[in-house]
Amino acid sequence: MLLPMRGLPAAPPRPLAHPHTAPAPPPSLLGPRRRRPSQRLSKVVSYYGLTTPPYKTDALEPYMSRRAVELHWGKHQQDYVDGLNKQLAISPLYGHTLEDLIKEAYNNGNPLPEYNDAAEVWNHHFFWESMQPEGGGSPEAGVLQQIEKDFGSFFNFREEFMRSALSLLGSGWVWLVLKRSERKLEVVHTRNAINPLAFGDIPIISLDLWEHAYYLDYKDDRRTYVSNFLDHLVSWHTVTLRMMRAEAFVNLGEPTIPVA
Amino acid sequence: MALRTWAAKKPLGLALGGARPLAAARGVATFTLPDLPYDFGALEPAVSGEIMRLHHQKHHATYVANYNKALEQLDAAVSKGDASAVVHLQSAIKFNGGGHVNHSIFWKNLKPISEGGGEPPHGKLGWAIDEDFGSIEKLIKKMNAEGAALQGSGWVWLALDKEAKKLSVETTPNQDPLVTKGSNLYPLLGIDVWEHAYYLQYKNVRPDYLTNIWKVVNWKYAGEEYEKVLA
Ligand SMILES: [Fe+2]
Ligand SMILES: [Fe+2]
Repeated sequence: MLLPMRGLPAAPPRPLAHPHTAPAPPPSLLGPRRRRPSQRLSKVVSYYGLTTPPYKTDALEPYMSRRAVELHWGKHQQDYVDGLNKQLAISPLYGHTLEDLIKEAYNNGNPLPEYNDAAEVWNHHFFWESMQPEGGGSPEAGVLQQIEKDFGSFFNFREEFMRSALSLLGSGWVWLVLKRSERKLEVVHTRNAINPLAFGDIPIISLDLWEHAYYLDYKDDRRTYVSNFLDHLVSWHTVTLRMMRAEAFVNLGEPTIPVA
Repeated sequence: MALRTWAAKKPLGLALGGARPLAAARGVATFTLPDLPYDFGALEPAVSGEIMRLHHQKHHATYVANYNKALEQLDAAVSKGDASAVVHLQSAIKFNGGGHVNHSIFWKNLKPISEGGGEPPHGKLGWAIDEDFGSIEKLIKKMNAEGAALQGSGWVWLALDKEAKKLSVETTPNQDPLVTKGSNLYPLLGIDVWEHAYYLQYKNVRPDYLTNIWKVVNWKYAGEEYEKVLA
């Protein structure tokens, strides 16, 4: 039995929406979709804030330098946050959780102007939380089982992740997602800001493949960047938590017992 | 079986019948990395020597290598009559072939200041820019704005429509060459706005890169191309 999907399973653990000025309620608590900002609310200048990675900026060294994290988080992600807030000040899309906003603004493949910044804010937040100092290694038991079931082996998963990351032509992201309808894990890559939430999939891991994500540390060597991410940075602990959350929405049990 | 018959009818298939992939490769034209017409450091301070070295020796060289590899695989796939492999190779050919074509133009679009880089166009192209954009400043402003707004990786172009004899500003994503925007479009000037083109020096500030690149633009080359195409 699948639960209704309203609550957005892939929501990051910490709330992404926090108003920066006192009188406005958090956007996520606002009423129905497409509610327009009232006169009072329209004075609010920041709808979403820059969230902080759950570790110090030098904690991922030597695989990701402090300089790279500072720029990526403090400049690139901040730019996306600012860009989004600027657009929301004049947008009818006010009052969504960030996940809802991303789905709405994706507009069935004809993204609205807000889409790019909204998705990038989410993607980067999710990306930082996909990593931890001394990450990598082997997934925790339950996740490992699921990976072995869906990819044949952990080795195969790793190969598939590398292959997908290296075959993306241009800027974008590589993801481990839980496919909702197939009820299995899959590796996908997406162009530029595109986020798999739009296709109904549940993101489990994201890795930024824009050149800004690795150029200072790896120059043109995307391969080493991706393999270091898998071997030393990916947080299987976070993955376990995300999988547990996802399982509230996707029944991974086997065999599936039909509910009368 | 049907595929095999189809392939065998092609002259290529006949000529290479039964050939091993290695032998087949001999029939494929290969592309080589063109030399830079100036030293890596010659565009400083607009573009650093390190960027130029990596851009030419790593990025462009990789496009050339992967283009040749894809063409070789295409040749093998065609001679085997493997239609799905032929289709599958198209994106690699477009991307790497485009990367080779675009960068080859890009190097010619730049010139050290000491050799005349940044000097505004004279002659017919200068007149045409004034006519189509108002002034060279307006053209630069437009290209900078479109280059800065481009999502992800790509190129911003000053294009000449060979039929209409009109100039326009175009952008292409990733390594799509200008011709994908219209078969009449000819590239006079292309600016690489991939992050690899500026990141080591300008970091996230693409607009500063765009502002500075004009100091080393080779307008003489663009003007000659313009006159050549319209001659
Ligand atoms: Fe990024
Ligand atoms: Fe480039």
